[in-house]
Amino acid sequence: MFDALSQKFNDVFRGLSGRGRISEANVHEAMRQVRTALLEADVNYKVVKDFCESVQQKALGADVIKSLHPGQVMIKVVNDELTELMGPVDSKIYYVSPGPTVILLAGLQGSGKTTTAAKLAKYLLAKGKLPLLIADDLQRPAAIEQLRTLGEQLDIPVYSEDSKNAVKVARHGVKFATKNNRDVVILDTAGRLHIDKELMDELSNVCDAVTPHQIYLVCDSMTGQDAVNSAKEFNDKLELDGVILTKLDGDARGGAALSVKAVTGKPIKFVGVGEKLDKLEEFHPDRMASRILGMGDVVSLVEKAQEQFSAEEAQKMQEKLSKGSLTFDDFLKQMQSVKKMGGIKDIMKLVPGLGSQMGGMDFDDGEITRIEAIVRSMTRQERHNPDIIDRSRRKRIARGSGVEPSDVSGLVKTFNQTRQMMKAMSGMGMMGRMKAVKQLGNMDMFSGKMPQLRVKQRSKRKRVDRKKKKRRR
Amino acid sequence: MALFSKTLDKLRNGLRKSRDKIGGSLMTVLTLGRRIDENLLEHLEEQLISDDIGVETSLRIIEDLRSAWKEKKIASSEDILPFLKQDLINCWPNRERRLILADSPPTVILVTGVNGSGKTTSIGKLAHYLSSQNKKVVLGACDTFRAAAVEQLTIWSRRTDVQIVKHQQGSDPAAVAYDACDAALARNADFLLIDTAGRLHTQKNLMKELTKIRDVVARKIPGSPHEVIQVLDATTGQNAVNQAKMFNEAVDVTGIMLAKLDGTAKGGIVVAIRNQINIPVKFVGLGEGPEDLEPFDPETFVEALFS
Repeated sequence: MFDALSQKFNDVFRGLSGRGRISEANVHEAMRQVRTALLEADVNYKVVKDFCESVQQKALGADVIKSLHPGQVMIKVVNDELTELMGPVDSKIYYVSPGPTVILLAGLQGSGKTTTAAKLAKYLLAKGKLPLLIADDLQRPAAIEQLRTLGEQLDIPVYSEDSKNAVKVARHGVKFATKNNRDVVILDTAGRLHIDKELMDELSNVCDAVTPHQIYLVCDSMTGQDAVNSAKEFNDKLELDGVILTKLDGDARGGAALSVKAVTGKPIKFVGVGEKLDKLEEFHPDRMASRILGMGDVVSLVEKAQEQFSAEEAQKMQEKLSKGSLTFDDFLKQMQSVKKMGGIKDIMKLVPGLGSQMGGMDFDDGEITRIEAIVRSMTRQERHNPDIIDRSRRKRIARGSGVEPSDVSGLVKTFNQTRQMMKAMSGMGMMGRMKAVKQLGNMDMFSGKMPQLRVKQRSKRKRVDRKKKKRRR
Repeated sequence: MALFSKTLDKLRNGLRKSRDKIGGSLMTVLTLGRRIDENLLEHLEEQLISDDIGVETSLRIIEDLRSAWKEKKIASSEDILPFLKQDLINCWPNRERRLILADSPPTVILVTGVNGSGKTTSIGKLAHYLSSQNKKVVLGACDTFRAAAVEQLTIWSRRTDVQIVKHQQGSDPAAVAYDACDAALARNADFLLIDTAGRLHTQKNLMKELTKIRDVVARKIPGSPHEVIQVLDATTGQNAVNQAKMFNEAVDVTGIMLAKLDGTAKGGIVVAIRNQINIPVKFVGLGEGPEDLEPFDPETFVEALFS
């Protein structure tokens, strides 16, 4: 999408490069592309309209017109404006003392309140707080049971009561927290429609009763145009303090983030990025802007990588690479890091330009598992010196890892190539490396599947040895 | 038809509230007999996009409208609604909206969808809908992943007085499906409704798990599942097209259940889904009670889009 968008921009501006001048009409045309991109990302129609108007004003400033690459400048203006609109970052939770700090989660049905409540509790626990969950969803069958189960998993107490009165449960829950020295209380409320007067009134009553210090709206990132309606209504009724955006691990572009921010003016605090309870992250407007525009998320990628590789390790690896002494053990370690980062697919999604091309491609993380199995079937000696792998060893490795012998030789070949290239690259400057990487990109290795090189591999032992062997027999 | 009028009332009630805030509704513009002009078309385009119909589909509809206008088939704004209604209603022929039934019971209905779309609630309502027609229904609790999902469905089974087949949380959903098929056959049930765990369509392995559930069911009861219903939250935006695509790839979706239509969202994305992937809508969900489920009526739906 990013590529598509910049391509369109370039098309719009290309015809002009000769004349060295860009007219208002061109900027206008480019803005139409932005408009479509935003609408396709589910940003609300009116929000898009306002946004485009304001960007157009900025774009018409001399910068875009005089620049050499107007298309790129245009994207930057749009991206910056989006980032600014969704910022500033504020993922702090303000605690009160004396406690407990009361946090209330509200939202539509199925937006992910209960799961988010548990995630938030885990997040707080990690910050050294003592959270208490209150099961105040008395509408949906088994909602209390759900929160209790999650609480058990996290070893966090859950306050619940067999009652139909949400106000009472909330009040008793907070009292319970005070008595038991829990310093943060998370109130999980029932999902409700913003136009359901009765339930909305109930929510205000709960708020009146326990005066939450923070009220967060939990919003599904897949929400469409209607996001503005519900967010506005909740904000009017409750005076929100922030928004938590859920289900961002899907492929929705998440334009709702912009809509909700625009209509409520309240910061997006956290994003939910997976079903597991540790999948709650702080919100980053710049990344969200890229996502909405369909650009890659390089920052997340770098951060993910940093989590996996320590500087020390990287240094060691660098040395090995330059000496060309990379072994299969190192290879394995790298593979596992990639896996920990969420698999090739997740990583590729974050690379600009690749994300949009991923559609038809099928990166099989199973391939990594297979490679792992092959390497694990090698002896230590073989891992350090793959050259010794001859036919019989290859057969043994293949049997041990449940693959064909040709797969083993394919892997060894790829490994050797990689090792060669790395060695060559480490001697190059930055430019040379870039070139080499480009070359690498042309290789099979990055075309979505591991190469299935079927090469005859002869034993490196000398023929004489064999003859000797024969004679001995 | 009494059912439909109730739908309309509910829809109108829901819509009125949001409409009052926006001010004049498009409906009034459309019934005033104003001449068609570009301004009006733009207004319409805004409306269609705000209904989540999507840029591409909206533009196509507006183009249809524009060419009809240029060809002088329509002239005043009064003609627009009937024209669009016809245009859209053609999307959903009558026969496609009925449930596909098995030649010999049980009819197996596999229910899928992303997290929080409303699968379990929809199944509860569907169970009520079928059992109130004196059909014998068995539920299969194959959402073994989410905490307390089994309990939630159990409560629904008690509420609607139907039988349920369940295992422990964390057990293999395909195994539950297997047992549920056995139970449905043994008890001569008319319908077997299978609840599955919510999963994002981008989770490849979870989608494979879904395919496995379907295959297990198909092996157990030949010809099944007769219906594969994808539950879609009406508030979902353009991502719903991707969802439908992926679920369709995994389990051949036969129909959509449009849930949570009692809010202010219009669920216009089903028009895009119909156009791009050709999946019909079969039911709409209009609340959390057992009766809040109705067969999809395109006419009411289209009317709601413009109100």
